[in-house]
Amino acid sequence: MTETEAPVIHAAGLTKQFGELQAVKGIDLDVRPGEIFGFLGPNGAGKSTTINMLCTLMRPSGGSATVAGFDVDRQQADVRARIGLVFQDPSLDGQLTARENLQFHAFIYSVPAAERAQRIAEVLEMVELTDRANSIVMTFSGGMKRRLEIARGMLHTPEVLFLDEPTIGLDPQTRRHIWAYLRRLRDEAGVTLFMTTHYMDEAEECDRIAIIDGGRIVAVGTPAELKALVGGDIVTVKTDDDESATAEIRERFGLEPIVADGSVVVEVEDAAAFMPRLVRDLTVPVTSVSFHRPSLDDVFLKLTGHAIRDEAAGATDMMRMFGRAWGGRH
Amino acid sequence: MTSESLDRGTTLQPVRRTAGRPSTGIGGSVRAIYIVWYRDLLRFWRDRARIAASFAQPLLFLLIFGTGLSSALSAAGSAAGATGPVSYMQFMYPGIIGMSVLFASVFGAMSILWDREFGFLKEVLVAPIDRSAVAIGKALGGATQAMIQGLILLVLAPIVGVQLTLESVLLLVPFVFLLAFALSAMGVALASRMRTMQGFQIVMNFLMMPMFFLSGALFPLAALPVWLTVLTRLNPATYGIDPIRRIILAPTLPPGTSDQVGLTIAGQVVPMAVEALVLVGFGLVMLGVAVRNFRKRD
Repeated sequence: MTETEAPVIHAAGLTKQFGELQAVKGIDLDVRPGEIFGFLGPNGAGKSTTINMLCTLMRPSGGSATVAGFDVDRQQADVRARIGLVFQDPSLDGQLTARENLQFHAFIYSVPAAERAQRIAEVLEMVELTDRANSIVMTFSGGMKRRLEIARGMLHTPEVLFLDEPTIGLDPQTRRHIWAYLRRLRDEAGVTLFMTTHYMDEAEECDRIAIIDGGRIVAVGTPAELKALVGGDIVTVKTDDDESATAEIRERFGLEPIVADGSVVVEVEDAAAFMPRLVRDLTVPVTSVSFHRPSLDDVFLKLTGHAIRDEAAGATDMMRMFGRAWGGRH
Repeated sequence: MTSESLDRGTTLQPVRRTAGRPSTGIGGSVRAIYIVWYRDLLRFWRDRARIAASFAQPLLFLLIFGTGLSSALSAAGSAAGATGPVSYMQFMYPGIIGMSVLFASVFGAMSILWDREFGFLKEVLVAPIDRSAVAIGKALGGATQAMIQGLILLVLAPIVGVQLTLESVLLLVPFVFLLAFALSAMGVALASRMRTMQGFQIVMNFLMMPMFFLSGALFPLAALPVWLTVLTRLNPATYGIDPIRRIILAPTLPPGTSDQVGLTIAGQVVPMAVEALVLVGFGLVMLGVAVRNFRKRD
């Protein structure tokens, strides 16, 4: 490996124990400079705990990790100076203006006095908030706050930008908008982006993804590579009796169906040929049948045996959405 | 928003691999202390409603409690004996300034709990700075706000019949600041141990109110029962309110008699310099506790 190809994030056997519970059970990871790396998994899979350890906010219970070449446990200040963070929950001061929030950041990150004003102008321009620089942040929409947080995370020219669920609770249009900024950061500034998400469509945007479940990484690869793991087409069958249907498909076709989200899901080589036979041969009444090319949902389902959506839109998400929509004092 | 509009912007600067420097040095810490302090003042200045409201409680105390108690004391014919050479209103006035400083300091410092609740504290805690800077900046920020809230009340002096001189006001500023600093440091130390807003109510009821009542703000600390004498002398706020009273009442009293309202321990009047040292010492110990707590990590 040459100097430039050295991983910008490297983790080996990283674990985190909370009393009896082991939230992260030994994670090995290499993230290359300039890539958009996604951490995909349901809530409670250990995504945030891992990101917190990499950002020096939590102390690993075991294993080791380096970010930008510095040890996250022994060289915390060096790591912190080289990373930017966009948290899952808003962390702006709502009573200050956008510019004042950025000034605060410039000071605590020791951005040289001569560069402060210019850097602030640059990052505001980048997220198109220049005309709102002197507005109190409390008056911003959820999307604007998120953009300001991304601008703030980039203010001190970090090598790695960590984003914990960057688009959670935002509407689809705002999410696309945020993604346009993130890609630009990577393409023009060469920043490495490390993000957690439980949105499949968001994971598709990443260069590489690690699928995490139950505190372990179950697969790493590009979205295409991961989808290739599934192989054929995905057929979804809705029936009156999923259990008998599953047994019949297993017996008659020698396939391995999974019951998820109230339907029977099965991976086949040629869905167009399979579906008529399925409808003809099943003794259980079929109410609907459809197929699609493999998605990351299917990869997740195949690798973990359960759907990521099961836990995705939980109460916490709802609260966050309402929190974003109505805004707090901050 | 189309992708075209994004392309119009200037090209971003590429990442400088040599950029980020940890700012754990003195320069970085001073900058961090400054900006944490500055943010607190900015928020304070923006919250005019709070500045106006900070007048309300002291006025209530002075006008209603003060007038009522003055009348009761003079009816009992004991006013002169109770508060020495000054009226009860005059006696109580510096105590009310002290009260303002006491509550404003602790509330100001405990705004850390709000920062925690609303996520802003995270932005501060992940910064490449020594966390002692956060504790110090917060203590100084709380102290500055409290000092301003206390000194604003000097405009009420004519109403209660207290004379002020330039000299007395100039001497007052450092003592008000010391009291504010000691109590803000205590507030930061307390808040650094708390994870939720729940603890605030407990601090209010079981610490702030006793500190206020035992500080000599409302009644003279001479000739008290032994247990109360001991408790009042253990209260750090006592050592802030006493010099404030001595300085404020000095121009009103005959020359050389301001010690008559001074705090005594074992019959001796405590010098104001000693009181200043008590405040500084208490403040630094509390700041030490706060720094230690802030440096802990999950």
